[in-house]
Amino acid sequence: MTDIPVLDALQPSSPRRWRDALRRLSRALWFRRLVVLVVLAVAWEVAARWQDNPILLPSFLEAFSAFREASLNEGLLTAAAASLAVLIKGYVAAIAIATLIVSIAAANGFVRDALQTVAAMLNPLPAIALLPLALLWFGLGEVSLLFVLINAVVWPFALAALQGFESVPETHRLVGRNYGLKGPAYVRQILIPSALPALISGMRVGWAFAWRTLIAAELVFGVSSSSGGLGWFIFRARNELYTDRVFAGLATVILIGLLVEAVAFRGLESATVRRWGMLR
Amino acid sequence: MLAPVSEVARSGQAAIPLFEARGLTLDYVTERGTVRAVDAVDFTIAEGERLVLLGPSGCGKSSILKAVAGFLEPSAGSLSLRGSAIRGPGPDRLVVFQEFDQLLPWKTVLDNVAFPLVATRRMKKAEAREIAADALRRVGLERALDSYPHTLSGGMKQRAAIARALAASPDVLLMDEPFAALDALTRLQMQRDLMDIARETGLTLLFVTHDIDEAVLIGTRLHLLSAHPGRTITTLDVSAFDMRDLGTAAFETVTRKVHAALFGKAGGQS
Repeated sequence: MTDIPVLDALQPSSPRRWRDALRRLSRALWFRRLVVLVVLAVAWEVAARWQDNPILLPSFLEAFSAFREASLNEGLLTAAAASLAVLIKGYVAAIAIATLIVSIAAANGFVRDALQTVAAMLNPLPAIALLPLALLWFGLGEVSLLFVLINAVVWPFALAALQGFESVPETHRLVGRNYGLKGPAYVRQILIPSALPALISGMRVGWAFAWRTLIAAELVFGVSSSSGGLGWFIFRARNELYTDRVFAGLATVILIGLLVEAVAFRGLESATVRRWGMLR
Repeated sequence: MLAPVSEVARSGQAAIPLFEARGLTLDYVTERGTVRAVDAVDFTIAEGERLVLLGPSGCGKSSILKAVAGFLEPSAGSLSLRGSAIRGPGPDRLVVFQEFDQLLPWKTVLDNVAFPLVATRRMKKAEAREIAADALRRVGLERALDSYPHTLSGGMKQRAAIARALAASPDVLLMDEPFAALDALTRLQMQRDLMDIARETGLTLLFVTHDIDEAVLIGTRLHLLSAHPGRTITTLDVSAFDMRDLGTAAFETVTRKVHAALFGKAGGQS
């Protein structure tokens, strides 16, 4: 509050405009996130300096320079790209598979009950627990990773999508049937758009599951392709006691997660369900 | 302006009716067995006629409308449009529902109105949009073409839903208490506008309501139903009445007569 007179002096006619601008800024999501990140970084820096043991806890600045260094020379970015490539492959395949199953389930009562049973069985099982089995069946390599990834995404997404389809209002259904829509046209033009809020939230949950499962899998068995992924980078850095690089790897995992959430999913939401008033 | 429509209605009655229900019986299967909602109801709708199904709640009037729309399979009796039996829903019998969420939230008002034309592959998108814009102008929504439904008031949503049904020019327009969720003033305005549209286009209407005044205003003929199960009480020609008669002695007499027929007592005990 003390700086308001200064602002007054700069812009004598509009102190209120400044205050309004500040208030609007403080309500913006990106600004709030930035504040959280800065506070965390400062707390980290203070804690690290007070601890003074870079092998156990490197400071924020050390981790940051390790991040820059690793991005430039140690292949952190290629590792991230390798992980993302596997991730996107598995994620897209999983969403496609789940959409197909759920579309059938939406039309057929028996398939719906079967899907609910299977999903209820497999959903609580951590997908990473299937990794030993996958290694046995498919050997060391990308196929095993994809198997685990698809398992991590299909069930939570299918459950969310099914619930979304089931909560499509009766009026929307009747309107679609009134125009003589049937089968795939009915699913595409009525059920999917009407269930879109649930579908997007299911995709979001699926994304988070996929990301953490992939990193965990890479940590357990390391190289998934010629370059190795982010999990492998973290694993290697820990073996060599480059704790600052471990932190740099973890930060990359978090940053990519945040970025996808903020850009892809938020963007998709504001272009669709928020614009249509289906979500606030 | 009223005379030509009733003349059309009368001459239509002489020929084959546009729509015919014979011995229509509707059952609902519940956990405690089968419940009969509608029992052997007959009615016809002639071209240009506005038939109102009127009765207390539980008389099965909405069920009849659902059966006409093809959402509900009759357990006995027949429904036919232009002489051929009705099998399932179709765009020749478009419905205006009571609920405000009948507009699809992911389409603009214009695309909502164009949707039945595009969905039934009757025309290209550009052509459908032109017809949709015309229909929206007719209901006074020309300024909301590109808005999304969630930004409209309840009355505007119902207007858009009516425009959507008009644009597709169905053989019979079905309306299921379309104004019941509106405030009194908006309802009156909507009734007036619907009558104007009916006069201009000579549309054929099957209208469901439990409001006696509304029934007498909108309908050319009333079909009164008793409750549990729905059975025909009587039919009544009310084509002589329109908005200008609201509150006159003749109008009061007819509504009292309808009330007596529905509830078995003379006088308004509503």
